[in-house]
Amino acid sequence: MSETSISADSAVVVDGVDKTFKVGELDEVRALSGIDLTVTPGEFVSLIGPSGCGKSTLLRLIGDLLEPTSGAVSVFSKSAHQARLDQDYGMVFQHPGLFDWRNVKANIELPLELHDWSKTDRAARSTAMLELVRLEEFESAYPRQLSGGMQQRVSIARALSFEPRLLLMDEPFGALDEMTREHMQGELLRIWAETKTTVVFVTHSIPEAAFLSNRVVVLSPRPGRISSVIDVNLGDRTDETREDPEFFRVATEVREALRAVEDQG
Amino acid sequence: MATTRALRTAATVAVAIIGLVALWEGYKWVGDQTGGTWPGTTIDLPVMANDITMPHAGDIAAELFDDIRAGRETLPMTLYLAKKAAVTFLEAAIGFTLGLVVGMGLAIVMLRWRFAERGLLPWINVSQTVPLIALAPIVVTWARLQGYPDMFGIALIGTYLTFFPIAVSGLRGLQSPDVDHVELMRSYAAPWWATLVKLRLPAARPYLFPAFKLAGTLSVVGAIVGEISIGTKTGLGRAILDFAQRYAVWPERLYASVIAAAALGLFVFGLVNSAEWLVMRRSREVVG
Repeated sequence: MSETSISADSAVVVDGVDKTFKVGELDEVRALSGIDLTVTPGEFVSLIGPSGCGKSTLLRLIGDLLEPTSGAVSVFSKSAHQARLDQDYGMVFQHPGLFDWRNVKANIELPLELHDWSKTDRAARSTAMLELVRLEEFESAYPRQLSGGMQQRVSIARALSFEPRLLLMDEPFGALDEMTREHMQGELLRIWAETKTTVVFVTHSIPEAAFLSNRVVVLSPRPGRISSVIDVNLGDRTDETREDPEFFRVATEVREALRAVEDQG
Repeated sequence: MATTRALRTAATVAVAIIGLVALWEGYKWVGDQTGGTWPGTTIDLPVMANDITMPHAGDIAAELFDDIRAGRETLPMTLYLAKKAAVTFLEAAIGFTLGLVVGMGLAIVMLRWRFAERGLLPWINVSQTVPLIALAPIVVTWARLQGYPDMFGIALIGTYLTFFPIAVSGLRGLQSPDVDHVELMRSYAAPWWATLVKLRLPAARPYLFPAFKLAGTLSVVGAIVGEISIGTKTGLGRAILDFAQRYAVWPERLYASVIAAAALGLFVFGLVNSAEWLVMRRSREVVG
């Protein structure tokens, strides 16, 4: 048993996980190998690595959308499967994935509807969520009337609507332009500070990982392994943080770790 | 905006009708001039242009407003045909409704179990190759022997035609959501039926409405074929059958009944269009 799984009050414990697709077939793919990772409650952890390193796979294992081939994943001291049934996590994907036949309010209320919240409770919560993501005036707009950044904010509001303790994000800002992206990163940090949610965040952007995270986990490809973990001590982030020497130090360290990883592969 | 659109539609319809009448009468005129051949040749026209094969458009129109004696009462042809069409419409509506239930039922079963899709889909396809003329008497006789009213047997012919496009398009529509959407529902631990109701059915609507339009017209065709094949006493099929027997002496009447059948088909099509507009208008809204 590895040392990472000792703490009982961890948010996420990934313990010796391997993931192989198409086991025993000719085109068998070893996506992840020997992954150990612990995330503490309230922490913001980024997973970064070259494409094909299995970072999205790792996120889906934590969210019980995939099952590990060997090893175990626990979320808040339960199996990932139980955590999914208990609604312990919310997911945000690269594409906002809003239902275009529902307006903004109804999209945010979708998970609440599925869990039989009363109409008044749903309305109260969606109003609070719209405030949180600052889209109060757009509650009856339909997704196609919104910009990509606004749609992604609705998607975040939807994921947070039932107050999950863990937020799993898979390149949520990957499809946005640079300015919108930086703005959204600021918004996400504000929401994270307000909700005290634990976040596991997949990205392929070095500045994004450095700016957002408490820790950056660098993965190497084929099969995906954790090659290094970089601690970030930036304190409260502001726009000036992007010009802070510590920010550059972290970005450089992540970049060098990624280069080392790509040279191996 | 809405009135402009309605006006434009009305104008298009008027132009289409005038164009059709002009073509019809033009063809007849050419036939009269040449004695039934292509102008300047001795090649026969594909359809004879005489007043039995092709009565004048004006005569057909006049026939629609002439009186017809039906049993003890005498009434205008339009009213007579409208009464018959009402019966056919009811049969078509029952047929469509049953087709909708059967078609969506099959689509959902095939969605739920992959083996059902592999097992059922070929049979669903084969079902449509059985000639309707052979099938209709079998279905109607079976319904009669079970003690059902003829109307129900006739409606079943409509069902037989309508369930097919609904099942095939319905399955495609139910399978249409992205992986992202399906994973999202999984992440909420949503049960299968909730995913069906909240995600798959709404996502299937753009696939379903074209199928409903096709099925709507097919249900009318099915009802008329059903009426003709069992020789019911009422319905448009009866009118078509009666007038067809006296075609050689009174061709305008058969044409009038054919126009009534076409009008009924258009009416049903219009109903489905309105339903689509009601259901889809919200998600069609554009940036405003």
